[in-house]
Amino acid sequence: MKHYITEHIGHEFIGLTEALGASALMLKSVVFWFFRSRFELSETIKQCVKIGVDSVTVTVLTSFFTGMVLALQMGHSMRNLFSEPMYIGTMVAFTMLKELGPVLTSVVVAGRAGAVVTAEIGTMRVTEQIDALYTLGTNPTRHLLVPRYIAFMIMLPLLTVLADFLGVAGGCLVGVVKLDISPAVYFDDILTYLDIADFMHGFLKTFFFAFMIATVSCYKGMSTKGGAEGVGKSTTEAVVASMVLVMVLDYFISALLVAVGI
Amino acid sequence: MIEIKDLSKAFGEKCIFDGVSVDIKEGELFSVIGPSGIGKSTFIKCLIRLLKPDSGSILVDGQDIAVTNNEFTLAKVRRSFGYLFQEGALFDSLTVMENVAFGLKYLTDVPKADYPRIVKEKLALVGLKDVEQLKPSELSVGMKKRVSLARSIAAEPKYMLYDEPTTGLDPVTTGMVKELITDMRDKLGITSVVVTHDLSLALEISSRVAMLYDGKFAEVAEPAKFRQSENPAVKEFMEISHLSRK
Repeated sequence: MKHYITEHIGHEFIGLTEALGASALMLKSVVFWFFRSRFELSETIKQCVKIGVDSVTVTVLTSFFTGMVLALQMGHSMRNLFSEPMYIGTMVAFTMLKELGPVLTSVVVAGRAGAVVTAEIGTMRVTEQIDALYTLGTNPTRHLLVPRYIAFMIMLPLLTVLADFLGVAGGCLVGVVKLDISPAVYFDDILTYLDIADFMHGFLKTFFFAFMIATVSCYKGMSTKGGAEGVGKSTTEAVVASMVLVMVLDYFISALLVAVGI
Repeated sequence: MIEIKDLSKAFGEKCIFDGVSVDIKEGELFSVIGPSGIGKSTFIKCLIRLLKPDSGSILVDGQDIAVTNNEFTLAKVRRSFGYLFQEGALFDSLTVMENVAFGLKYLTDVPKADYPRIVKEKLALVGLKDVEQLKPSELSVGMKKRVSLARSIAAEPKYMLYDEPTTGLDPVTTGMVKELITDMRDKLGITSVVVTHDLSLALEISSRVAMLYDGKFAEVAEPAKFRQSENPAVKEFMEISHLSRK
């Protein structure tokens, strides 16, 4: 039993180090082809639509309702504590801009677009379409990975700005309808206590999240083995790994940004 | 000319082939046969460096591609190859037109305006018409294989590699593919390597036939001599394939 456990841990550790090494090689290849190849504009636009535009609906719904529920919960807590709903705009905007906007959007994009990317590349891997790219004069990194990296890096920050805005708007709606706060007071609160650094704190984090989601999704797709079952397994692993890493990275990047005064 | 010397490949502990050597001459139609799972596809993938051999050399027109990791050298050599994949490997997200034109974009300097004409020509060559706007999911297995063949020959390669070209095809399409493979050699002078488990196909169309068995070429001979081979593995394979030795 003891032998089995140590063997299992050893296998997991070797698997993890192999995955890290292979991801590093993939990243090296992405950087190489990013600078050395002709820009694939049409493929990049196609990926921006798949990753970003197609994620708008779910981002709108999640961020708007998150802003609403934040305002509702905070309003009632404040009313219980101070007999009136104070600083609702500040708290909703602070939470949305610094944390929930970037994190929720990243989770949504990892779950939706990340899964699409892994499944698509994974299917291409198991049906030899990746090999076909080599035989037809192009490199899969150049043709598949670089456009997806660019799309993630452009669209996730843009979706986060949209989520920030809608979360604040959702909070305002609940403030006005349920808490009897006028929109002027709500936004005055925000403008008084928040500055551009608060927005930048959340906004900058999304670039790290986008890079990480692109790396996990593409790596899992490229390393897919074993037909349809393998594609399903890779996709699940990519989504789970991306979501967990968003949370883990969030702490460390927040700590770093706080340390540098952002 | 493709010169293969002492080529070895293993996946972990499992040896696929060990010390394989053969020269494939200009204009030749060279077939590699053997039972399924023996390593024929691995062999053909090594020839175009989709898989990296463990040792040995593969000289394509004098350029050794077996060990190099230079992407540009590999890309340059791959330009002279066309590859027909076992399952077609058509790009699901593209139409037939875009699939066949794909190689033209990356392998040639043909103006974009000429793509539709060339695509139609190549599709006609494999017996297809009015399928340009269809997606691969709308095609039958045989049609997929023919579109894939049209895509492979669109950029007019010097060498063609066929991985199980007739697997999954009906007898009529099989006959057509056979004819196409021989036409590529006879009319266009394309050097071809075919890997197949269909011994009758190999004996019918090839200049030379090699049998991959137990990590080596058990026999490399012209079809007539191959039939007469006294090698036990060849004899057994002939018997299993219900083929006469005459």
